Amino acid sequence: MRPGTGLGLGLATLYMSAIVLVPLGAVVWRSRGDGWSGFWHDVTTPEASSTLRLTVGVSLAVAVINAGFGTLIAWVLVRDRFAGKRFVDALIDLPFALPTIVAGLVLLALYGPESPLGVDLAYTRPGVVVALLFVTLPFVVRTVQPVLIELDREMEEAAASLGATRATIFRRIILPNLMPAIAAGTALSFARAISEYGATVLISGNLPFKTQVASVHIFSQIENDNTTGAAAVSTVLLLVSLVVLLSLDLVQRWAVRRD
Amino acid sequence: MTDAPSPVVRYGMRILALGYLAFLLVIPVGLVFWRTFENGIGPVIEALSSPLAKHAFTVTLQVASIAVVANTIFGVAVSLLLVRHEFRGKRILNTLIDLPLAVSPVIVGLALILVYGRLEPVGGWLSERGIDIIFAVPGMAMATIFVSLPLVVRAVVPVLEEVGIEQEQAAWTLGASPIQTFRRITLPAIRWGLAYGIVLTLARSLGEFGAIAVVSGRIRGKTQTLTLFVEERFQNFDEHAAYAAAFALAGVAVVALVAMNISRPEES
Repeated sequence: MRPGTGLGLGLATLYMSAIVLVPLGAVVWRSRGDGWSGFWHDVTTPEASSTLRLTVGVSLAVAVINAGFGTLIAWVLVRDRFAGKRFVDALIDLPFALPTIVAGLVLLALYGPESPLGVDLAYTRPGVVVALLFVTLPFVVRTVQPVLIELDREMEEAAASLGATRATIFRRIILPNLMPAIAAGTALSFARAISEYGATVLISGNLPFKTQVASVHIFSQIENDNTTGAAAVSTVLLLVSLVVLLSLDLVQRWAVRRD
Repeated sequence: MTDAPSPVVRYGMRILALGYLAFLLVIPVGLVFWRTFENGIGPVIEALSSPLAKHAFTVTLQVASIAVVANTIFGVAVSLLLVRHEFRGKRILNTLIDLPLAVSPVIVGLALILVYGRLEPVGGWLSERGIDIIFAVPGMAMATIFVSLPLVVRAVVPVLEEVGIEQEQAAWTLGASPIQTFRRITLPAIRWGLAYGIVLTLARSLGEFGAIAVVSGRIRGKTQTLTLFVEERFQNFDEHAAYAAAFALAGVAVVALVAMNISRPEES
């Protein structure tokens, strides 16, 4: 061991434990404060199970839309040429830089009760989807873009010279090469969507059984001093994120090995 | 070359992609910008100089600067550990660093309350000694540190790996102390990656909402940050102040975005 390893490792562990690990452990611990049956009861109350199902459903929709539009945007940014392309490219990162509460506010201006388009999505599920699409926009675009840049054009040219149509080339050559990147971006946007709070809080209006996503539900349980119930739903959410990230890791290893 | 795609497909795809971005990003942001300055810049400055808004600025800066300093020191130290040192459990540490990115901000807040809340053992013990964490600045700083923890590490690790160890070894051979080596060799080598990580951490810290909303108790004029101010003003039908503060936050975000593009390590 080099000098300083032990000291550095000790301090890093202390810092991580005090801020991240012990508190997260406390959430899991508290979730079964009333035993396993208590945990099961807390996550299967009509409100909790509806909020969990809604969150997963809405996030799946967001992930699928992102897979399509994210790939399309990456394609246009790499293969198309038009004035202002660099500006559009820089714009993609805006949702990561913009505070989430500002994102919610901004969407409510266009898709809220005072919408100049006459489209009022406030307190509706489509409104929640739009808010989540805003904050997850960069994931698929930014994972697919570099792969598309690196993609060998000679394969496409060879296929074309052998008489393949553009649709066939896309389906048989381009798409299989992009698949791992699309899958990674989609999984990341799903994981972000199930945990998002700031962007959805204004537009969802916190209506139980209708628009109340899990993080908003947890928040209102904390406000009502039901920390055990909040911890139970949190634990389920943490488990779902964990499963998504682990399977993403597996998919990426599989893709690397296949190359 | 492959045949050029038919113009219909090419333009169709371009219009679809740009239209999606317009309706999701550009028009909503532009609309709020326009509404903020509908009556000129005077009302905006007025809304931002109310005592409540000024206080929110102060709290935000306080919390964000603690988080940035703490995570910069931690980030550089952990990056050096991960790249330059060998120890057991390295892979576990490497995985745990990314954990905060997968946790909902609301759960971050709940987690801190369950340890440092006044009714919990640790928080109660600290409270008896006059140290309040939850509903006060220390808890808000901890929440912000939690959510922005991986950003410096993830920006610095690849740079450290690429720089390699030769120069540092040369410095040691010539008798430089570890601190001298770090200051004269390592720090200059990682400066752009570090700058990128710090900008990301700062942007994330200024914009954090969910975790702060839980641990701060949202006490107006006391623990209210700028993002909480935006929400509270909006809920109280004071759209103008909400828009003005949102504009200030968005302005910082855009500056951060430009800084990110400048300091981003060049992609080969």
